[in-house]
Amino acid sequence: MKKNTKSFFQGGLGQLTIPLIAIALLVLFNLIRDPGFFEIGITHNNDGNIVLAGNLISIINGASELAILAMGMTLVTAACGGQDISVGAAAAIAGSTFVKILKSAPEINGGIVVLAFLCACIVAMLFGAFNGTLVAVFKIQPMIATLILYTCGRSIAYWINGGATPTISSPIISALGSFIPGIPVPTPVLIVVCVTILFKLLFHFTSLEIFTQSVGINQSAARLNGINATFIKLLSFIILGVCVAIAGSIGVSRLGLINHETLLIDVEMDTILAVAIGGNSLGGGKFKISGSIIGAYVIQMLTTTLYAMKVSSTDVKAYKAIVIVLLVVIGSPVIKAKFGKLMEKVRGRMQESAAKGA
Amino acid sequence: MKRLKALVLAGVLAVSLVLSACGGNSGSGNSGSGNEGKGGNSTIKVGVVNNPPSESGYREANVKDMEAVFSAANGYELKTFYNIKNDEQLQAAQGFITEGVDYLLISAAETTGWDDVLKKAKEAGIKVYLFDRMIDVDESLYEAAVVSDMAKEGETAVQWLLDQNLSEYKVIHIQGAMGSDAQIGRTGALDAQFASGKMKKVVQQTASWDEAEAKKIVESVINSGEDFNVIYAENDGMAKGAVAALDDAGITHGVNGKVIVMGFDCNKWALRELKAGAWNYDGQCSPFQAQIISDLIKGNKTASSKKIINEEKGFDAKTITDDDINTYGLGE
Repeated sequence: MKKNTKSFFQGGLGQLTIPLIAIALLVLFNLIRDPGFFEIGITHNNDGNIVLAGNLISIINGASELAILAMGMTLVTAACGGQDISVGAAAAIAGSTFVKILKSAPEINGGIVVLAFLCACIVAMLFGAFNGTLVAVFKIQPMIATLILYTCGRSIAYWINGGATPTISSPIISALGSFIPGIPVPTPVLIVVCVTILFKLLFHFTSLEIFTQSVGINQSAARLNGINATFIKLLSFIILGVCVAIAGSIGVSRLGLINHETLLIDVEMDTILAVAIGGNSLGGGKFKISGSIIGAYVIQMLTTTLYAMKVSSTDVKAYKAIVIVLLVVIGSPVIKAKFGKLMEKVRGRMQESAAKGA
Repeated sequence: MKRLKALVLAGVLAVSLVLSACGGNSGSGNSGSGNEGKGGNSTIKVGVVNNPPSESGYREANVKDMEAVFSAANGYELKTFYNIKNDEQLQAAQGFITEGVDYLLISAAETTGWDDVLKKAKEAGIKVYLFDRMIDVDESLYEAAVVSDMAKEGETAVQWLLDQNLSEYKVIHIQGAMGSDAQIGRTGALDAQFASGKMKKVVQQTASWDEAEAKKIVESVINSGEDFNVIYAENDGMAKGAVAALDDAGITHGVNGKVIVMGFDCNKWALRELKAGAWNYDGQCSPFQAQIISDLIKGNKTASSKKIINEEKGFDAKTITDDDINTYGLGE
C-alpha cells in the first residue's frame, strides 16, 4: 500500500496528477455553468470550407503556439534549471523574418513559404544559440542571459520590416493559420500534433531525454559519465529556437499580419507557467513534455472560460492569477508530501478498522 | 562535437556582427541632419525633437511627414532628434538651442520637466511649437500646440455608426491597452451610448492592441451563440483579428454583410479592406501636423488659440477613394 501511494504521487502518472485534475475541474465547472459549453458545431467558413467550431476547438486552437513553446521550454528548464524569458521577443524576430522573405518574393507560392519558414528557423536557432552560449559556456543565469534578448528582441524585429504592421495575404498563409480546404480541423492544431510526434521520435531514437535529465539533476555527475553538459544545454536552447520559429510563423499566419510589438506578447510568462503547471520542476532535472502541453491547454481553457463568463476585461488577469496560485501551491512539494502522509494515515486507519471488523 | 561547437560560435558571431551593423545604421539615422543651407539667410532653421519612428505606425508617418514638409525645397534647414526617453530629448533640445535654430518643434516623451528648456529657448528668441503631445508648462512658453483630440475621434466614429440607422445596435467592443490616451478617447463616446441604452453592449473586453487576443474574444462571443451586428475595435490590427474570427465562423461582414466592422488608425492595408468592402469604417488619428506648423511659421495662417486641434477624418467604405488611401493611409 505504502509503495502504491508513493508511486501515485512521484512516478508514472504522478507528475500529471495536478494538470489533469485542473483540466477536469475546469471542464466540470464549465459543464455546470453551461452544459453546451463544449458543444462542437460544424459550419461553413467564409471561404466555403466545412469547418469545426465551438469553445473546445477555440481552446485547442488558441493554445497552439503556447503548447509548442512549452515543449521547447520544458527541455531548456530540465537541462539548465532556468527559463528562457525571451521566447516572445524571439518569436517576433522569427515572425518578422518569415514576413520579410514572403514580402520580398514577387509571388507567394509553396516553395517561398517553405523557404521563409526555414529562414525564420535559422534566425531563431541562431538567437537560441546566442542565449545557449551565454548560459552553457559563460555560465550566466538563464533568466539574466535571456533578459538581453527579451529587452532588445522586439526592436530587432522592427528593424527587419521597418513598418509597424506589414501584412501578407495569400491562400497558403491563411491555410497555415486557419484551415486547409477540405480539412475541418484548424491547421495550428495539426502542427502541434506534428511537433509532439517529432519530440516523441527525438526521444525515442536518441538519448536526449535521459542526457537532459542527468545534466539537470547533477551536471558534474553527468560529465563524469561522459555527457557533454555544455552541448546538451546549448542544444536545448537551439531546439527551443525551432519551437519559437514554428510558433512565430503560426502567429503571423493566423492573421496575415505582423505587429512586432504584440505578436505573442507576454507569452514567455504563460510558457513558464505551462511548464510549472505540468508538474515539471523549474529547478531542472526530470521532466515530462506531456505535462507542459496539458499545462498550456489549462491556461487557454482558463482564459476562454473567463471570456465566456464575460469577466470584465480589467479583471481577467487577476482571476487567472488566483487560479494559478492555487494550482502551483497544490502542486508544490510541501503540500504533496503533506497530502501523501495524510493519505497514508487514512489508509492505515482503514486497514486497522478493516482488521478489527474481521 | 568540437566542430559543431565552432559552428555554433561562428553563427553567433555572424549574427552579432549583422546586428551591430543594423544598430550603426539606425544610430546614424537617429542623429539625422538636414541639408546644409547654402544661402544662409533665406533658410529657416528648424529643430525637431520627436519620439522614434519605431514606436508605431503613427510615429513613422509623423516623422516622414515632418521630414517631407520641412525640406530644403520648402526653404527649411531641418535638424532632427528621435528618442523615446524624456531626458535625452531634453538634452537634444538644449543642443538645438545652443546651435541656434529659429524654431523648436517638440513631441515630448513625458509631459513634465520642460520648464527650464523652454524658458532658455524663449530667452534665446527661439519660437517653440508643440505637436502631437501637450506639455505641462505655462502657455506663454510656446507659440501653439497642434494636437489630436482622441475623444473627438470616438465621437466621430460613434456618430457615423448612429447615422447608419440600424434598427438595433448589438456591439462587440474591443478595447486597446487600458489607460492609454487612444483607448480612453475611443471608448468614451461608445460608453455614453451603452449608458443611454441606444446601443447594447454584447461584450466589452480589452485585447491590449493584441490582434490574436481580439480574435479569441470574438470567437468566444460567437461560441456563446449571442447575436451581434457591430464590431468596434479600437485599432486596425484588432479589427483584423475580429474579422478573422468572423471568417472562420462563416459570418458575413462589411458592406452588405451582417456585421459592421469599425477600426482606427487608417493603415493603408486597412483602408484597402475598406475599399474592398470587407470593413465599413476606419477612424483616423492624424499624424500630419507639419503643414499646419509650417503655415504658422510662414505666416500663411494665424493661430486663433494656443491649442489647435488637428482636423481628423473618418472613412466610410462606400465613399473611400484610392486618393484617400494614398494620402491618408499609414505604412505601405
